Amino acid sequence: MTLQVTDLRVYYRTLAGDVRALDGVTFDLADGEIMGLAGESGCGKSTLGNSLVRIDGRMKYVAGTVRLDGLELPIADMDRMDEFRFKDISIIPQYAMSALNPTRKIGRMVADLLESRGVRFGEMRTELERRLLLVGLTEAVLDRYPIELSGGMKQRMVMVLSTLLNPSLLIADEITSALDVTSQRAVAETLVEFRARGFVKGMIVITHDVSILYQVADTLTIMYAGKLAEKAPTSVIMQKALHPYTDLLISSLPEVGVRFDERRLSGIPGTPPSLLNPPPGCRFRDRCPLAFEKCAEEPPFVEVAPDHSVACWKVA
Amino acid sequence: MRRYFGRKLSIYLLTFFVAATIDWLIPRFMPGNPVQTLLSRSALPPEAVPAMTAYYNNLFGLDQPFIQQYVNFWAALLHGDLGRSVYLSGAPVAKVIMDAVPYTLALLVPAILLSWWAGNKFGALAARRALLDNAVLPIGYILTATPYMWLAIVVAWVFGIVLGIFPISGGYSYALEPSLTWTFIGSLLAHWVMPFASLFLVMFGGWAIGMRNMIIYELDADYSRYLKALGAPSGLIRRYAFRNAMLPQITGLALQLGVIVAGALVTEIVFSYPGIGKLLLAAVQNEDYFLLQGIFLFVIGGVLVANFLVDIAYVLVDPRTRLGMRGESA
Repeated sequence: MTLQVTDLRVYYRTLAGDVRALDGVTFDLADGEIMGLAGESGCGKSTLGNSLVRIDGRMKYVAGTVRLDGLELPIADMDRMDEFRFKDISIIPQYAMSALNPTRKIGRMVADLLESRGVRFGEMRTELERRLLLVGLTEAVLDRYPIELSGGMKQRMVMVLSTLLNPSLLIADEITSALDVTSQRAVAETLVEFRARGFVKGMIVITHDVSILYQVADTLTIMYAGKLAEKAPTSVIMQKALHPYTDLLISSLPEVGVRFDERRLSGIPGTPPSLLNPPPGCRFRDRCPLAFEKCAEEPPFVEVAPDHSVACWKVA
Repeated sequence: MRRYFGRKLSIYLLTFFVAATIDWLIPRFMPGNPVQTLLSRSALPPEAVPAMTAYYNNLFGLDQPFIQQYVNFWAALLHGDLGRSVYLSGAPVAKVIMDAVPYTLALLVPAILLSWWAGNKFGALAARRALLDNAVLPIGYILTATPYMWLAIVVAWVFGIVLGIFPISGGYSYALEPSLTWTFIGSLLAHWVMPFASLFLVMFGGWAIGMRNMIIYELDADYSRYLKALGAPSGLIRRYAFRNAMLPQITGLALQLGVIVAGALVTEIVFSYPGIGKLLLAAVQNEDYFLLQGIFLFVIGGVLVANFLVDIAYVLVDPRTRLGMRGESA
């Protein structure tokens, strides 16, 4: 088991009170698993990803444990967590295009970073160049400034850098959002390649674009309003999702071969509840076509079939 | 590289031409007549006035048509001749300015550079020490917001009159003749301390506040967050943030350096310091076309040279400017 997350709660501090962006999340990530994490904007996907790597000043750790390779991570302790970052758990951030220091040559920045983590840049250099070639970059990029690279090149540079120390877990946060479709595919394939070569053991790929996850993810986890709705192997989610939200989310994807000028692509009416003071019970209740009295109580996230967990009273 | 500086240089030359032309126009559009002012001071018999007016108009070239005066101005300027001061009874303007320049430079160069250096260091420190940020920085705000002349007068009063440590006016003791003796140098230094300190204080606060805000901004920039997510020690992150936060400060310094040549007008007046600023005020009050024109030309040149130096400094610290030099779009 690479990663075990138990009842993780992380809130945002605001003047109006705590925003419960991550409100009791429990899941496992198996060795070598690529887990896709999907959901609409503001449902807590990125909060989950960031919580595993770095809980910053605006966030507040409330409860829960995270175990990586059997060892509990001190995720609430900013300083002790430094030891695990980059080496054991790493992130390709949402803002990969601007993640490199604009006034340092890339090679110099990589060297500064590695040396500061007690890794000799000289020893890593051959491996770094090998991996750059793998994503279609030459060692010449190390001698350039970030502004001299295209967006796609920066993205690949960050992918290589983030995985350079072979972390057990990699969080890839919205890494295809800013790319065109061709580059999206290349990035998705690179992620799979990284796992095949053993650069990373497990991976959480966060996106609101379910079609990308279909290409790379072994399992899909759907989040809604700070909680997990459903987790299952990708094919299961795609074909027979159990949670009504997952169902509606999948059915709002366009299908190949269907002309949508004849049939309107359906969406999900309504908006997610505010996470400042979320209503009790199932948070999807107001938008759910199947809602009934029992939904006023909070549904537990339970395993209904092997590797298939759902939080819905209609299913459990 | 050569194309970049070539382009910059031609822009600066054009700017100089336009600025110098405006500089030539301004005094001539001012109300009043300098020759009249000059004559009114010399208590001439009334019948001599027309003759003297004609003489002075001819001497300063004011009897020629406007366009001819403008051509003469450029011709003289290219020969390094800035004309003669009306108010200082015909002393060459270039020499009058050069006499005042050392005082202004000795006062402003250390004040600007030291306050810039110390303010940046202090601001960067304040950005990460809550105590400094909460206790000392407000003093910076107060210093910067205080009307400078008031602060200067308070400094002069406290240290010059109440405590009597430093002399309150002049560039050196009025009892001394300029000479290369220790007494004279000591007197120069003693007269220098208060104008310098008051300038330093005010500018220091401004730099520190600017730097603190920039550092806080840079520490939240994407590249800083990425380094934090990869567990980089805060020393490294701060080093990067400091370097990037310096860029706007360098621009700010350029603007300040341009001001140097105009002198710290208020400081020099409060402390009766014999620099360019005091000279400028005298030139305006006495409608001295040539002196005014000469001082402004000097200021224009100073601003342009300072900007050019900063262009070079920018090329050294920010790779993005280097890219622009090759004509690639950023």
